[in-house]
Amino acid sequence: MKTGAVETGRTGPHPVMAAPALAFFAVFALVPLGGVVVLSMLNWDGIGAMTWAGLANWASALRDPGTYHALWLSVQVMVLSWLVQTPISLLLGVLVAARGRYRAVLGVLYFLPMLLSSAAIAIAFKALLDPNFGMSLAFGAEWLSQDWLGGADLALYVVVFVIAWQFVPFHTLLYQAGVRQIPRSLYEAAEIDGAGRMRQFLHITLPQLRYTIITSSTLMLVGSLTYFDLVYVLTAGGPGEATRILPLDMYLHGFSANQMGLASVLAVILVGAGLALALGLSKLASFGRGSQLEGA
Amino acid sequence: MRLGNRRSALLAGAVTVLLTLVTACGTSGPGANSGASAWALTGGDEQTIRTSFESWNEGHPDSAINVEFFANDAYKQKIRTAIGANDAPTLIFGWGGGTLKEWVAGGKVADLSAEIDKSPQLVDKFLPSVLETGKVEGKTYALPNNGMQPVLLYYNKDVFAKVGAEPPRTWQDLMALVPKFKQAGIAPLAIGGQSKWPQLMWEEYLVDRIGGPEVFNAIAANEPGAWSHPAIKQANRMIQELVAAGGFVKGFNSIASDSAADSALLYTGKAAMLLMGSWAYPTIKESAPDFIAEGKLGYTTFPTVEGGKGDPANIVGNPANFWAVSAQASDEDKRVALEYLSNGMMNDAYVDTLLSGGSVPPVAGIEDKFAGTDEPEYLSFVYELASDAPSFQLSWDQALSPKQADALLNNLERLFLNEITPEQFSANMDKTIER
Repeated sequence: MKTGAVETGRTGPHPVMAAPALAFFAVFALVPLGGVVVLSMLNWDGIGAMTWAGLANWASALRDPGTYHALWLSVQVMVLSWLVQTPISLLLGVLVAARGRYRAVLGVLYFLPMLLSSAAIAIAFKALLDPNFGMSLAFGAEWLSQDWLGGADLALYVVVFVIAWQFVPFHTLLYQAGVRQIPRSLYEAAEIDGAGRMRQFLHITLPQLRYTIITSSTLMLVGSLTYFDLVYVLTAGGPGEATRILPLDMYLHGFSANQMGLASVLAVILVGAGLALALGLSKLASFGRGSQLEGA
Repeated sequence: MRLGNRRSALLAGAVTVLLTLVTACGTSGPGANSGASAWALTGGDEQTIRTSFESWNEGHPDSAINVEFFANDAYKQKIRTAIGANDAPTLIFGWGGGTLKEWVAGGKVADLSAEIDKSPQLVDKFLPSVLETGKVEGKTYALPNNGMQPVLLYYNKDVFAKVGAEPPRTWQDLMALVPKFKQAGIAPLAIGGQSKWPQLMWEEYLVDRIGGPEVFNAIAANEPGAWSHPAIKQANRMIQELVAAGGFVKGFNSIASDSAADSALLYTGKAAMLLMGSWAYPTIKESAPDFIAEGKLGYTTFPTVEGGKGDPANIVGNPANFWAVSAQASDEDKRVALEYLSNGMMNDAYVDTLLSGGSVPPVAGIEDKFAGTDEPEYLSFVYELASDAPSFQLSWDQALSPKQADALLNNLERLFLNEITPEQFSANMDKTIER
């Protein structure tokens, strides 16, 4: 009950000060979200009149194998992205965090992709991966002339690779910052105890980066639900439906087939999946919460 | 907070990619809300349209029209959103057909019939068959703004000479050419599969050659089971045979037609043939003028199919593109747009620019003008082909409602990928027939 006493006596900011933020949240987040839920129960082609559809759109979305295919692709992209990006950005972050002139130069190079827009990255990779005019022609290497984006079995992995190319720099930056926060004294103590580099990494760096890993993973996993622009420009969901991830499926239903109601259903599903994922991750993150220095 | 973020991030993503795609190709100019505006497509007849608006704006500074150009695939989605949001340009570039019908049904485009009765010179110059595509239930909503666009089989004469081959006259000829070119390390056919609609051209022609135009007319009339017609199934089997034989260039599913990589394959000699609308000609002329000047670009009609019911003179494609006038535009902007349509568009200079770019406008009695151009043979070939064709079928993705067209393009892509059989294609498409 000690904490309760402290709280009543606290002269913190008045709740009213949150009002502007809450109002913005209501107007720009809750109202549109409600709108999408309503739209998911209407038939609308984007131009003509809206007619009430009830749960028909929901039924047809849930009956359509395409929805589950898109969802499954999104899960694959999410998991693969995490598996590819986490180790790379963790190692790069550790590498770049140490002092040194060459590391700084390398660091700058690593961060270049962050400066490019997704559309620019997609267009550049599309040109590079073109089996007839791309890298194979530029470097005169025949083996580079694979059907990178045109083969149903390869396209998804290429997409995951390009996504990684775009986002690894950001996560590297996170890890770099995380590593620089680890007190030097821990490493000095380890050295005195005779621990090698590998042991230092496993027993100091990794545990100390726990929260950075959770933050980075949350951003990666939840963010992967919104990958859209890159995939749209790179493959447009093709070949066939090999890269038609859920956000793209939603967009194509809405803006190619002009079924705004059906697209809204997918949007709501996407919101639900993202919310569940974010909640789950924050549960995981708070599990065993303690001091950053705990276990040092 | 996360809810809103995700939704808006998605929307922002969608908008961003459109804007990025679109601004990359658009011209900068005064804001869309000041005065009349027009949106058109890049490539093809872009230069003619650009020149026409420039000279119109010079001559009419008080009623200037701000024109912007967009890539085809991005434009089709952008224009719909804009029209739905009552934010369309004054002059809307379109294809006629099912999309125009939807715009009319939604009350989004103006009925021009009254204007035409007042000033018949608006339409007098055009070929009546082409004007038809701009009409909905007998009323004119759109006027042709560029060349007639039959789909032709273009080929690279150099490459044909190299392997000692003749352009195909029949489907057997075409199939026989496939191994010949493959042996020589040349792709038999270029195609922009990622854009999907280039694949539709194969479907349209084969179905027409096998079963005649009635097959699609039944589909357009929403007759139940119309997609299960034997001609459709046979055409689809032939398409899959061609794909299996390696007829299409490596990686064709990742080539977007918007980037003109398909025509580049043709003029660089990496591919021997390209089935494409006649708008490919101005595009090639723009990017590889020497290729055309040296007479290396060959062109012919789609091969005949043995035992087919369709007239081999039938063509598919787009009779032209059209300008519709937004119903939401202010009276002043509408007046400017109409004035431009009657005086600025398809005047002598306009027709001459189209011709010199390699496009044939749907204007009656222009045969005499061909002689003065660089490529009289090609122009009269297209003109005669288009004006003499017993049937000129509008591209199916434009003739059908957008919802059906989307299903068609998706199923066709899967057919090309061998993911579905011709029977599954027919079954899937029959479900889209609207009662």
